[in-house]
Amino acid sequence: MASIEIANARKSYGAVDVLHGIDLNISDGEFIVLVGPSGCGKSTLLRMIAGLEDITSGDISIAGNVVNDLQPKDRDIAMVFQSYALYPHMSVAENMSYALTLRKTAKEKIADAITNVADILGLSALLERRPKALSGGQRQRVAMGRAIVRKPQAFLFDEPLSNLDARLREQMRTEIRKLHRRLGATSVYVTHDQIEAMTMADRIVAMHDGIIQQVGSPVEIYDHPANIFVASFIGSPAMNFLEGTYETKDDNGSDGAGICLSDGSLVPVLHAQGATTHQAATLGARPEHITIVSDANSGLAARVDLIEPMGLSTLVHATLADKPIKIFTMDRPDYAVDSTIHVSFDMEKVHVFDTKSELRLPPITEPHPSHRD
Amino acid sequence: MTLTGHTSTRKMLYWGSHYLMIAAFVIFALFPLYWLLKVSVTPNDILYTEGVRMWPSRTTWDNYTFVLTQSNFPHYFMNSVIVAGTTAAVTTVIAALTGYAFSRFAFRGKVIIVALMLITQMFPLVMLIAPIFKILAPLGLTDSLTGLIIVYTAFNVPFATFLMQSFFDGIPKDLEEAAMIDGNTRFEAFRAIILPLTLPGVAATLGFVFTAAWSELLFALMLVSSESASTFPVGLLSFVSKFSVDFGQMMAAGVLALIPACLFFLLIQRYLVQGLTAGAVKG
Ligand SMILES: Nc1ncnc2c1ncn2[C@@H]1O[C@H](COP(=O)(O)OP(=O)(O)OP(=O)(O)O)[C@@H](O)[C@H]1O
Ligand SMILES: [Mg+2]
Repeated sequence: MASIEIANARKSYGAVDVLHGIDLNISDGEFIVLVGPSGCGKSTLLRMIAGLEDITSGDISIAGNVVNDLQPKDRDIAMVFQSYALYPHMSVAENMSYALTLRKTAKEKIADAITNVADILGLSALLERRPKALSGGQRQRVAMGRAIVRKPQAFLFDEPLSNLDARLREQMRTEIRKLHRRLGATSVYVTHDQIEAMTMADRIVAMHDGIIQQVGSPVEIYDHPANIFVASFIGSPAMNFLEGTYETKDDNGSDGAGICLSDGSLVPVLHAQGATTHQAATLGARPEHITIVSDANSGLAARVDLIEPMGLSTLVHATLADKPIKIFTMDRPDYAVDSTIHVSFDMEKVHVFDTKSELRLPPITEPHPSHRD
Repeated sequence: MTLTGHTSTRKMLYWGSHYLMIAAFVIFALFPLYWLLKVSVTPNDILYTEGVRMWPSRTTWDNYTFVLTQSNFPHYFMNSVIVAGTTAAVTTVIAALTGYAFSRFAFRGKVIIVALMLITQMFPLVMLIAPIFKILAPLGLTDSLTGLIIVYTAFNVPFATFLMQSFFDGIPKDLEEAAMIDGNTRFEAFRAIILPLTLPGVAATLGFVFTAAWSELLFALMLVSSESASTFPVGLLSFVSKFSVDFGQMMAAGVLALIPACLFFLLIQRYLVQGLTAGAVKG
């Protein structure tokens, strides 16, 4: 197992810049999830670590050695592909033992390793089958098995679960996590699914347009998103954004600040670092940080658009200051569509973003975010 | 029920006409071959006297014995086997490597190379005979099997390359990337993973080139003048003399010439069907 350091790595295809200077240090044994919308360069970065894609500039090191010019086979990494990429003309056992055979491992050792891994992954009965005769979930396991029999320096995963149905995906998510705990292997996992990112990662790397937006633990990223992109990308149902201006009564922090919405209503917020009065600001509120209140005086009026029962909870879609918002509640509300409700925002939990730079302006009470990537 | 009765009649009609059409096509395609066979076993003396009959009243193997023992035909035949076999093998190796490069790599000048290869396919061959003769003569490659092999290979490589490329395109590049991560170099991955999966394509290419070289007449006639380097299509012409055509012997030779092609396709048939359908589905 090994650490991976990426220093100012860039990638261009001709004139098209795909990655703009990526800096990332992955420590030994860490489970890193690269997450971001389609086309943001996650796969490209992963393939650069694997050696399948040239590095335009910058350095990538594995276990302290710069690997820029090493062939994939000399980097001692294993990769699980979205398509699984099982060799169709080989049996499950042959697929899993291929890498060991190439390394001239002794036959008995290979057999032991295969039996062991097949046991862990529940593939023992399928060893003689061809990939064609396996279900999607079984193929996925074989692909995992092929990676883990090798005991490589690091595991790379490129959306390995995206071809599975929801239930199987959930199950594999837990299994991969358990496997990671058991093997303690440095892992880089690419996904565009923020739930996978939240549930699996030690640290999430949120990417957008070839730039790392934020690196942090799932909770850090969820509770303290660095900017509007991260705030909107992580979390489901997504955060509500309401544009307005930042207003204060008194700048020393003793008295309130608020975001004045387009209809003139004021949502109180904590004083924000670096915010100036009257500046364009966006209020960010997660659905669970908006509550429906019965007292008309203590909330803002909103119009109900839709009630969406989700089992555990209910999602109320409403319109506030001409903007659609979603409200999460554990109650079972039965408001009629178009009826008026009153909502209040959890002042401690909502975020203020600079509308122009899209950066979050943290409350002055919050210590500076620790830079520990 | 009337409904099912109705549909089953329609179904029968549908399949009936379906098979009828296939049968008509097969008869149309195979009739010349049948005629070839028929004439080859017809004794010379009744060839013209019996009129048009589906099968002669007497049959004989004389034409075959003559062709095999008295004529130069076995020699032409061997020449053809050498030329067609070598051309097929060499062309397929070149086409596989080139097709793989076209399928997998982006490189400078790729478009130009593809364009050049397409252009070579646009000229009528007749136009090229004189220049090619001019090129080959000083090299001592006219009147030689090697010269024929070189010319055939050159003419077949472009199409064979595009054919192979389409087969490689049908194989996900994840596969060799997985192999490269597993410990192969790119070439090892090509040989151990990609090539076995492209066997149908290799078979199709071999078959295509072999047949093309086997039946080529124009260059074989123009570039070769001696008996010793003649291939069988040229040999067939030797049954045509100034005053008569020995149809029986010519047909017997023709039937014999069919044998290697048939054998060859029998061998690769399994891969070929697989390959053509696989290509068709994946598009
Ligand atoms: N060969 C190429 N030439 C030019 N641009 C490319 C090439 N390969 C990828 N790109 C571009 O690089 C960008 C990043 O691609 P990449 O595959 O890394 O995205 P991704 O984040 O993995 O997306 P997804 O979630 O859809 O897999 C995309 O905008 C893509 O168009
Ligand atoms: Mg991708």
